[in-house]
Amino acid sequence: MTNQTSSTHGPSSEAPLIVEMRGIVKKFPGVLANDHVNFELKRGEIHGLLGENGAGKSTLMNVLAGLYRQEAGTILVNGEPKVFSSPRDAINAGIGMVHQHFMLVPSQTVTENILLGLDDPRFFLRLPDYDTKIAELGERFGLKVDPRAKVWQLSVGEQQRVEILKMLYRGVNVLIMDEPTAVLAPQEIEGLFVTLRAMIAQGKSVIFISHKLQEVSVIADRVSVLRRGVATASGIASKGVSRQELARLMVGRDVIFSLDKKPSQPGEVVLDVRDIYAENDKGLPALRGISLNVRAGEIVGVAGVAGNGQSELSQVISGMRECKQGHVTLAGDTVSNRTTLFGIQHGMAYVPEDRTHVGSAPNLSITDNVIMKKYRTAPILKRGLLDMKAATSLANELKQAYDIIVPNVSTPVRLLSGGNLQRVILAREISGLPAFMVAVQPTRGLDVGAIEGVHRLLLAQREAGAAVLLVSEELEELLSLSDRVYVIYEGRIMGEVKVGGGEPDESLIDTIGQMMTGTPLEQIQKEGVAAHD
Amino acid sequence: MDFTIILQAGIASGTVLLFATIGELFSERAGVLNLGVEGMMLIGAMSAFSTTIATGNPWLGVLVAMFFAGLISQIHAFIVITLQADQVVSGLSLTFLGAGISLVLGEGLSKAGTVSLLPSFSIPLLTLIPIIGKIFFTNQSVLVYVGYLLVPLAWYYINHTRPGLHLRAVGEYPSAADALGINVFRMRYFYVFIGGMLAGLAGATISLAVSPGWFSELTTGGQGWIAIGLVIFAQWDPIRAAFGAYAFGALRRLILDIQGPLVLFGFNNPFYYNPYLGFFLQMLPYLFTVIVLVIGSREAMRKRIGAPAALGNPYIRGERGK
Amino acid sequence: MTESTAVQKKRASFRIRIEPRLSEPPKWYPVAVSFGAIIVALILGGVLISFAGGDPIRSYQHIAKASFGDTGVLSDTIVKATPIILAALACSVAFRMKLWNIGAEGQFIMGAFGASAIVLAPVLPAGTSRWIFIPVMMVAGMAAGAIWGFIPGYLKAKFNVNEIISTLMLNYVAVAWVNFWIFGVWTEGGFQMSPKFPNEAWLPRLLEFAKTFPALRGLTTHLGLVIGIVAAIILWFIIFRSRWGYEIRLIGDNPHAAKYAGINITRNVIWVMMLSGALAGLGGMSEVSGVVHRLQTAPIAAGYGFTGIIVAWLAKLNPLVIIVASILFGALILAGREIQPSGVPKMIQGIILVCLIASDFLLRYRIVLDRGEE
Repeated sequence: MTNQTSSTHGPSSEAPLIVEMRGIVKKFPGVLANDHVNFELKRGEIHGLLGENGAGKSTLMNVLAGLYRQEAGTILVNGEPKVFSSPRDAINAGIGMVHQHFMLVPSQTVTENILLGLDDPRFFLRLPDYDTKIAELGERFGLKVDPRAKVWQLSVGEQQRVEILKMLYRGVNVLIMDEPTAVLAPQEIEGLFVTLRAMIAQGKSVIFISHKLQEVSVIADRVSVLRRGVATASGIASKGVSRQELARLMVGRDVIFSLDKKPSQPGEVVLDVRDIYAENDKGLPALRGISLNVRAGEIVGVAGVAGNGQSELSQVISGMRECKQGHVTLAGDTVSNRTTLFGIQHGMAYVPEDRTHVGSAPNLSITDNVIMKKYRTAPILKRGLLDMKAATSLANELKQAYDIIVPNVSTPVRLLSGGNLQRVILAREISGLPAFMVAVQPTRGLDVGAIEGVHRLLLAQREAGAAVLLVSEELEELLSLSDRVYVIYEGRIMGEVKVGGGEPDESLIDTIGQMMTGTPLEQIQKEGVAAHD
Repeated sequence: MDFTIILQAGIASGTVLLFATIGELFSERAGVLNLGVEGMMLIGAMSAFSTTIATGNPWLGVLVAMFFAGLISQIHAFIVITLQADQVVSGLSLTFLGAGISLVLGEGLSKAGTVSLLPSFSIPLLTLIPIIGKIFFTNQSVLVYVGYLLVPLAWYYINHTRPGLHLRAVGEYPSAADALGINVFRMRYFYVFIGGMLAGLAGATISLAVSPGWFSELTTGGQGWIAIGLVIFAQWDPIRAAFGAYAFGALRRLILDIQGPLVLFGFNNPFYYNPYLGFFLQMLPYLFTVIVLVIGSREAMRKRIGAPAALGNPYIRGERGK
Repeated sequence: MTESTAVQKKRASFRIRIEPRLSEPPKWYPVAVSFGAIIVALILGGVLISFAGGDPIRSYQHIAKASFGDTGVLSDTIVKATPIILAALACSVAFRMKLWNIGAEGQFIMGAFGASAIVLAPVLPAGTSRWIFIPVMMVAGMAAGAIWGFIPGYLKAKFNVNEIISTLMLNYVAVAWVNFWIFGVWTEGGFQMSPKFPNEAWLPRLLEFAKTFPALRGLTTHLGLVIGIVAAIILWFIIFRSRWGYEIRLIGDNPHAAKYAGINITRNVIWVMMLSGALAGLGGMSEVSGVVHRLQTAPIAAGYGFTGIIVAWLAKLNPLVIIVASILFGALILAGREIQPSGVPKMIQGIILVCLIASDFLLRYRIVLDRGEE
């Protein structure tokens, strides 16, 4: 997608340090998130901060942005030691952060969001004056957005621009971007990179947090790498280091695991989705005529940038959302617009996107959580009462089989780590021997080991002959697990591609990327043919 | 029956609901549900009345009422903001506490006799407007006029000032506000205090103006709860809140006054001849509150407008991954 | 809620850190915290009593003596505790599902009305056997309470009407409703009360057995206590051992997860509100048939429904613990009637509830004292 060389006019090696972090230690109960980390940022550079999920990148930057207070270590800005007790202190020192989850008030306008927390205007808002000011600022950095629009009306890309504008309006010199590309389509990423380079050209500095090697090597001048809270590389020039080396620094081992995937032997169509329409929570159309199918013994991926209808699709399939038109059948039975219970009783398993808010009951025990879909039948239900002994022994079996690390199964699940909780949910869903399973973002926020475990479990399902629909925003994950991939954009399917085993080729990724930004497959193929003519 | 007189009295009695509703509205806009309105109103009514008895100065009574009700609201604020406890249960306990304390400290007040009340007056010129002048601007308590001023001020403050902008942000998305240096905790404490003060003012309005005296729990008679219902009906908008409050005030007066005359619309008044039918009239405000809630909730569902997004949730700083 | 330090207070050489608990505290800990909260509440209450011109120590001594001093007053305490048990059970089952039924008071009153209607309408003529009379009154009381719970439940389920306000409003409606009947229809001599019930409509009391066991003379403890205890045990089984109870607990903890597990929340909201109303209604029946023996507003609408809220919370919604906690509050109410100023019991109830809620913090967080760091 972004194959051009990195910015040529990086900072000279004598450029002064604008930020220095020395020996930063940050603990969370049970976790040492940053262990004596050093970090240096030069004026006028884009500094990539690499690391896996949970390596402590965001924590380190949250310390720099004043959101967390470090237990030990010092921060120097322009050579002066600073103590930040709030994000405001950091902003006053010229350091601002754009978080992964945008911190915007949906019901307020762009201007209102940008003015939040400022001393000017003093009392009366007089918004029109500020609307013009903000539009001008946007112009300067190539950040187009309507200042009068309410934030909930904006696309994710536009919201990110508001976040950047918020910081620029406050006159920050150092902008920290936390995983900024995770929510963007490849073409939008290009636009972001243009903006970042414009900022560098005007003397600002950028810290670019990412776990994607390729992006960092494209955009960053220098790179620092964190692994399990420890800095494994500090400020090495991105040109002088290979991606393999960076990968080693990140993961600590040479090979990023490869999956042992047997060739697919698809059977009958299990799930058949025909031309469905549905609305999102705001009552706006989210699905506009989606058709897809999943056969027994295959994993089918759904690719797309977040918020293009993936959540609604999985909810319609599982019966949790009303389907306005069209229908979904599971092994011949219509499941759409029936109760969730109907799907459960017909062998549907569902690993929801939101583990804590949908997938589990946080204050109930592991035992209570694993019987969520089994309490209606024997052996858990006996003579109208729950057999708690049977439930406990089931929970213990699953704890063994799925490697759930807790002292005992009466522990409330809110005390579990993300990986353990996901194992509880998968254990519950898989142990029902489902004919069909829909898994949404099953590895989000998990560490490498946990991700590997989840992938194995999904492949085992495929081997056992289940039909699996995998919804994910991680293209790599989709390509390594799926047999086929559908691409979804604004509630429509842009096309379907077959995925072979082994390294996926560049042109396939390029095709998927184009579909993710709204070009239907037919059009891509036509243009491809035209180009050859 | 002269309806302008009923409406005139209804505006006065609606002022009680108005203060309580606007107060609760501020608190909820900041993200804190305070179900203790009834208790805070009782504290306000009791302390206003007893201060006035002790000092002879009703103005001092109003101030003391607002201060004490504001003070007791801070118990709720501490429990839900700092200790992050459930707002529903804490608000309920504040109702008990407020009622209990005002009963204990108000012991004997009911026999205190008459006190000097807040002044009532008419607004020159405005009284000349037909009907409206009579209903709104003739011989009303000073607090009624305060109520007229409060509504537009509250509306403007919330929608068109910097602190109002911050208030909305804190109730909708506290972590966004926090990230920009707005002190969420302090703001929430502050608006809970404002809510308490206005509830205290509502209580003082009862005991020093609308129906003077201290009649233990009957002083408020559930108006604090009606106010909470009105906030939902008003969809967190002060102007709608004012309409609701005055309409309810008028209804309350109508119910009182309808039982008086011998003849009603040319018929023998059934409520006069069968006084026990009056119990059905007594139900009306409460049934209306439920109906108003149904209307408000249906409209909210249809338009998909909702309460401030963070209403009822404690703000916990520095949550990781959020 | 995983990690982080929430509040930091810095002092010269040590600091107090508050951090979320990452493991379950030992079993005795919540009990100790609740006791601690009650003791703190009593101390605070004492301060307020002396502020109002009373003597706190004598007030508390009086409460203890007037409620547990001898079998006579102990029996009276239990009589006061009986309606609280049922009202608290009613609250606990609704609260378990995070349905804030503040209307146990109104459902209690309607239960009393329903049971009384059997006698006063009359559905059953005077002289019918007690073994028919009492069960029919129980069913009528539960039905009336269930209807009063159904209304807000239905409004909540269908229109998302806030149940706190609707249940509370229905309390006032219930009082007016009963007033209408005892004033307009069943009045005794123009007073606001019904005629006394015939003996067959009375719940059996201990004093009836005084002929055989003289020690029971004058003891007014009635069958309602047994009804309450049996109801608590049944409710415990429903909540912790039945399929329905599992659904209630799941919805209460996370309605999204419940929906995800295929549970029909709308229907459960209505059913649970009806169960809650029925339990409160049974409390009203027990009170009217066991103590008051006539329909009359003042002794029925005496705030048992509200006390039930506190007791349910104190008992952490556990039906069996509710029995014990109710006796404590029965004592407080009994003794409170003789204490001046008369608002003291209500105030102490309020303070206890405030302290209990505040103390929950200690269950979720632990306070760590660090020395010498920094």
